[in-house]
Amino acid sequence: MTAYPRWKIALVAIVMLIGILLASPNLFGEQSALQLAKDQSAVVDADRVAVEKLLASKGVPVAGSFLEHGRLTLRFPTAADRAKARAVISAGMPNEYTIALATASRVPTWMRNLGLTPVKLGLDLRGGVYLVYQVDVQAAVKQELDRYDQDFRASLRNAHVPYDDVRVDYPDNRVVVTFRDAASFAKGRSAIENDNRSLNFLETTVGKLSALELTLTPQQIQQREHYAVQQNIVILRNRLNSPELAVSEPQVAQQGADEIAIQLPGLQNSAEVKKILGKTATLEFHMVDETDNPFEAAQTGQIPLGTKLYYTRHKRPVLLKRDIVVTGDQLTDASFQPNTQEGPAVSVSLDSRGAEKMLRNTEENIGHMMAVVFIDRSSEKNAAGVQVVRKKEEVINEATIRGVFSNNFQITGINPIEGRELALLLRAGGLAAPLSEIEERAIGPSLGQDNINKGIHAMVFGTLAAFVFMAVYYKWFGVIADVVLAANVVLLTALLSLVGAALTLPGIAAVVLTVGMAVDANILIYERIREELRAGVSPRTAIAAGFERAFSAIFDSNVTAAIAGVVLWLFGSGAVRGFAVVLVLGIATSMFTSLMGSRTLVHVVFGGRRKIERLPI
Amino acid sequence: MEFFHKVTRFPFMHTRKVWYGLSAVLIVGSLILVGVRGLNLGIDFTGGIVVETYFPTAPNIDRLRAALAGAKIADAQVQQFGSARDILVRLPPDPNVKGAEIGARILGLFRPIESGVTLRSTEVVGPQVGEELFIKGAWALAATLLLIMVYVLIRFTPKLALGAIFAVLHDPICVLGFFAISRMTFDLTAISAILAVIGYSLNDTVIVFDRVRERARSARRLAVSQVIDESINQTLSRTLMTKLVTLLVVLALLIFGGQTLHSFSAALVIGIVAGTYSSIYISAAIALDMGLRTDDLLERRIAKPEEVDGLP
Repeated sequence: MTAYPRWKIALVAIVMLIGILLASPNLFGEQSALQLAKDQSAVVDADRVAVEKLLASKGVPVAGSFLEHGRLTLRFPTAADRAKARAVISAGMPNEYTIALATASRVPTWMRNLGLTPVKLGLDLRGGVYLVYQVDVQAAVKQELDRYDQDFRASLRNAHVPYDDVRVDYPDNRVVVTFRDAASFAKGRSAIENDNRSLNFLETTVGKLSALELTLTPQQIQQREHYAVQQNIVILRNRLNSPELAVSEPQVAQQGADEIAIQLPGLQNSAEVKKILGKTATLEFHMVDETDNPFEAAQTGQIPLGTKLYYTRHKRPVLLKRDIVVTGDQLTDASFQPNTQEGPAVSVSLDSRGAEKMLRNTEENIGHMMAVVFIDRSSEKNAAGVQVVRKKEEVINEATIRGVFSNNFQITGINPIEGRELALLLRAGGLAAPLSEIEERAIGPSLGQDNINKGIHAMVFGTLAAFVFMAVYYKWFGVIADVVLAANVVLLTALLSLVGAALTLPGIAAVVLTVGMAVDANILIYERIREELRAGVSPRTAIAAGFERAFSAIFDSNVTAAIAGVVLWLFGSGAVRGFAVVLVLGIATSMFTSLMGSRTLVHVVFGGRRKIERLPI
Repeated sequence: MEFFHKVTRFPFMHTRKVWYGLSAVLIVGSLILVGVRGLNLGIDFTGGIVVETYFPTAPNIDRLRAALAGAKIADAQVQQFGSARDILVRLPPDPNVKGAEIGARILGLFRPIESGVTLRSTEVVGPQVGEELFIKGAWALAATLLLIMVYVLIRFTPKLALGAIFAVLHDPICVLGFFAISRMTFDLTAISAILAVIGYSLNDTVIVFDRVRERARSARRLAVSQVIDESINQTLSRTLMTKLVTLLVVLALLIFGGQTLHSFSAALVIGIVAGTYSSIYISAAIALDMGLRTDDLLERRIAKPEEVDGLP
């Protein structure tokens, strides 16, 4: 007891100080806020000054403001002020900002600059929408096979090798190229292998024809599926973060092998966001077939060779050449221009490959017509539970090429809403595989507030009951335990703020449970001390023995609880994970506080005295 | 204050046949209940749609049902949720129904009955999610049991590990039986409560075993059954005290936590009670009947050298 090392006291003191500092932002509470973003660029300090000046001139009070991630957040004393501010900004600075409703913490600026933030509240506590999408990974694999199909055909065409057929065999994940004779097989094989050096081909026969076969390995399939999910996460994130959609603090995360969970705090109506999220819109540029009559083709169903029949949005048939000039993949940037001479337009930039093709095409075809086809794929489950892909293809614009252009041009012929959406979708990139929605949970703000109240009530009453019980049953040692328990709650809050894990209602339950477990550790120690005292040991030795002997029991029992917590964390989703995160962190803090903290406090209180007659336990 | 001033001397091992019988009744009864009555599974597992609405004054449920039936919303279950003013509408899974639309539609049907009705939450869970969550839940359960078994095996002897595992299986089965008999909604939070119960009830078992190991080393001449009895009696005060405090806390959750935490806290209450019982009466008794001997406890002595000094 007397030899209790000083570094332990110092360590406990330092940890507690840091803990209190990290937990302190939670004391400030939240206020209604607006988040302002710009279509083209980040919001800068000059914009902030301008907006605040505008609000001041209209007599709208602003409680505080800060810039983060190129967005401006403005806090207001009441929700009514926020509504007024929103009206003032959208009237006084039309079309300059997209405005999202949000809440922001009252934390002072110096704290925010230190990176100190309050615990994030989960959707069940603050209201919002939770969506889970399933990625159609099989479609992603199929797309890969289709791409090989196209590539092989191109290789054979370029090498002028005659071939019978190229076929994608989907459930077996292979592409088979058949040839009519051995000579073309040999030539074809070398042509394809030359263009695809990294692939391994097999020689087989289909019927009596010799064939070249490419089968995807399980690793390749898995890689492709993984890529599709990751790519979709990036794209969904881009879409949600784009200023055209007014969503604040969206969270996108992978869940399981092929699912993506999205949290949209504070959002009330999910319809608009969902419309954008599931879209796989892209563009294709085709030359128009000006020699044949599209109406005739549409009526007779006889489509001239090398062309395809499309319709405009006004249901007028158009014949387009099958060769694609440029696809949406080759787009590097797209932005919406509301007011050009020809009405709303989307400015498009192409990458070097696309620019080169476009340059060549426009040089060769001046005076001819080029069309822009808008392709929108959406995938959903039908009544039988089978995934069906609906593909909508529309010619949105046909125009005569008047001059040569390459990487920058405009697409017109769209209305402002579509233009905004198209720019967003093109800029964010196309989804690597279709998505289907499998889960949606929307929690209204009143329910959120209700849950907070209930959670806090439960926490306060539960903790209070434990505190009173400990103090009554273990006297001064119980009071020490109470201090230690309070320290445990502070440290847990600090950890949650630090990791940025969202606190949910089950999370609050875990906090309460953790308090129960921390009590458990303290009781183990004190019961042990009492036992030692009963055995007639001196108080000093009893304390030392109590802490030492209780250690293995506390350690073992916490490890088993932690095992359950970690498994929940790994397997769980949504509500379960919210519980597990807090449980695991809580076990860590309660181990620290009851073993190190409690011991230190007992030492500080009793250790200084020369002789202890009786222990108040 | 002290409830257990003297160490109790209950003959737990001598009466163990009685407790085995009680446990057998509990387990078999729970399993039969789950098998016959089944669990009232929440939409987390079945898939479907749940729309939660709030009425300023308690509405007539039959009129709400009639309104839904009139609009051809078939198979709708209308029920009170927590209070008479919170009304929950539950629909079977339908791939063509979108969350935002069904919520607004039901609100539109309820508005003529009570104009102040508000929409509190909408949940749409696809049927495949339910199946997946169920499988995930089962895996989580299996993984937890396995890992805990491995841990107890490493820390204690195989015979004690068997006793621990039995006690650990005992508690969630009792919780399941409770869910079957009470018809309380069994959802994802109930699963997390069961896993928490597993981790938590093992605490007690481990603490009893820890003491058994310690006693066996200090009093080698005693018969194992006597060592176990003494150990359980010595830790009894601690076991009951901690469970009492935890129960206090969990009861606060049950009473104040609202409907969302209801099944969670109920599962915890049952689990804690069952866990306390099994760790006192069952786990060590099973180890004894597995043929636990003092030697089993001594051979691992080298693993923990710090225990040697300062024995009373």
